[in-house]
Amino acid sequence: MTIQVNGKAYALDEEVPLPELLARLQPRKPFAVAHNGKFVPRSQYDAHRIAANDQIEIVQPSVGG
Amino acid sequence: MTKQDPPTLSSSEMLRYARHLLLPEVGLKGQQKLKTARVLCVGVGGLGSPLAFYLAAAGVGTLGLIDDDVVNVSNLQRQILHADRDCGRSKVDSAAEKLEALNPAIRVVRHHTRLTAHNASEILQQYDIVADGTDNFAARYLINDACVLLGKPNVHGAIDRFTGMVSIFGVPGGPCYRCLFPEPPRAGQIPSCAQIGVLGVVPGLIGMMQATEIIKWILGIGESLSGVLLRIDALAQSYQKIVLPKDPDCPLCGTHPSIRHLNEETTEGCTLPSRTDNEREEQISPRDLKQRIARNDGIFLLDVRTPEAFAQWNLGGHLIPAEQVAARLNEIDQSSEIVVICSVGIRSQSVAEFLRAHGFSRVRNLRGGLHAWLQESDVPSVVKDVVREEAMQ
Repeated sequence: MTIQVNGKAYALDEEVPLPELLARLQPRKPFAVAHNGKFVPRSQYDAHRIAANDQIEIVQPSVGG
Repeated sequence: MTKQDPPTLSSSEMLRYARHLLLPEVGLKGQQKLKTARVLCVGVGGLGSPLAFYLAAAGVGTLGLIDDDVVNVSNLQRQILHADRDCGRSKVDSAAEKLEALNPAIRVVRHHTRLTAHNASEILQQYDIVADGTDNFAARYLINDACVLLGKPNVHGAIDRFTGMVSIFGVPGGPCYRCLFPEPPRAGQIPSCAQIGVLGVVPGLIGMMQATEIIKWILGIGESLSGVLLRIDALAQSYQKIVLPKDPDCPLCGTHPSIRHLNEETTEGCTLPSRTDNEREEQISPRDLKQRIARNDGIFLLDVRTPEAFAQWNLGGHLIPAEQVAARLNEIDQSSEIVVICSVGIRSQSVAEFLRAHGFSRVRNLRGGLHAWLQESDVPSVVKDVVREEAMQ
C-alpha cells in the first residue's frame, strides 16, 4: 500500500500505528504531524493507524520574521 | 476593545477610508472599530514592516511597535518600512516615522525595548491583539504564553527561505502555539533566516496574511485562522490549510496546565537566548567597540570566523575558528575583557555563551558582527563586499 508523506509517495507493507511510521521516517525534531489534514496532538499518536492512501504532513516550525 | 462610544471620523478620514466605507462588511461601524483598535506589532522587521504598513493605512487607531534592534543594510531586501538612509537608526523610530507619514490620523506608540518575561504583561495589557513578527523562538514562546495567560489573540507569522506559516492563537476555545509545538526547540535545532536566507517577498506575503487576520478579527468578519495553520510555499505557489485542534494536554492552555505564569525558564534553550536586562552588557555595539579599541584599553578580540575570512580582512584580533574554541581555551586571556567577533554576530554569540558557561566572566559579543561594524566604517567598498559576501553564506 502507498501513503503520501509531505506530498510524496511512501510504500508500507501494512497498516501501522503513527508512532511506528514516525520511527521509520525519523523526522528532524521538533515537528508536528498532520494525519489527513488535521494535526494530531502528541498524546493521541497511539490512537492513529495509518492506512492506504492516507496523507501525512510533517511540519517543522519556522522562526524567521 | 475598550467599551466606549464609537469615535467620530473627521471628513478627511471619511475620504481616506472611502473604499472601506463602501464595503458592507466594513462601513462606518467597522471603520470606527478599526479606529478604536489597539494592535501591538512585536518586531518591525520582515513581517512587521508590511503588516504595520497596511494596518496604518487601514486606520487602526493605535499601533504599538516594539523592537530594540537597529536597521542594518542587510534588512532592506525585505523590511520595506526602512530605507537606505535609516541604516544604524532604531527600527522603531524608522518605522514610526513612515507610518505617521502614511496616516497622521493614527497614534503610533514606540516601545524601544525587547519583550521580556518581566515587561510582557505590562506592555501587552495596553493592546487588544498582538502580531508576532519576531525572529527567534524565545520571543515566540514568550508572546504565545503571555497572550494565553492574558487572554489576548496572537497572530503568528513565521518564515524561512521560500515558505511561511500563519495562524491565530489564543482565541477563546482555540489552540495556542504550544498545542502545535509543545516545547521550544533546543539551540541550533532550527536555523534562522540569517543562517539559511529568505526570499524577500516571503515575509511580505506572510505579514500581509497576518494583517488580514488582524483586520478580520477587529471587524468580526470572515473565517478566522483560529484552529487552522496556513502554510504558504512561494516556489510552488501553494496555500495549504491544516486543521489545528486544541490539545487537551497542552502544557499552557490544556485542561491541566503546567505553565501558569511567565518566566524565562519556559523559553530556555531556544535558538536565540531569551534576552534579559543583562543582555545589553553581553553585547557591544560596533560604535562602542571602536571607541574602546581607539582608547587601547586592553580588550581581547576573539575572531571566530574561518582562517580564509580572517585572512581577507580582520580587526587585528586573535583567530580561533568557532569549532576549535573548546579545544583552545588556553589561548584566551581570561584576565581581559573578551569581545567575540564573527561576520553577523550569530556564531560569535554562541561562542560568547560557551565561554561564559566555562568560567569566563567578562565576555561580550560584537552585535551584528563585522557586517554591522562596516556599516558605520569608512573602509573601501571592496572590503565591505568581501565581508558581506561571507555574511550571506
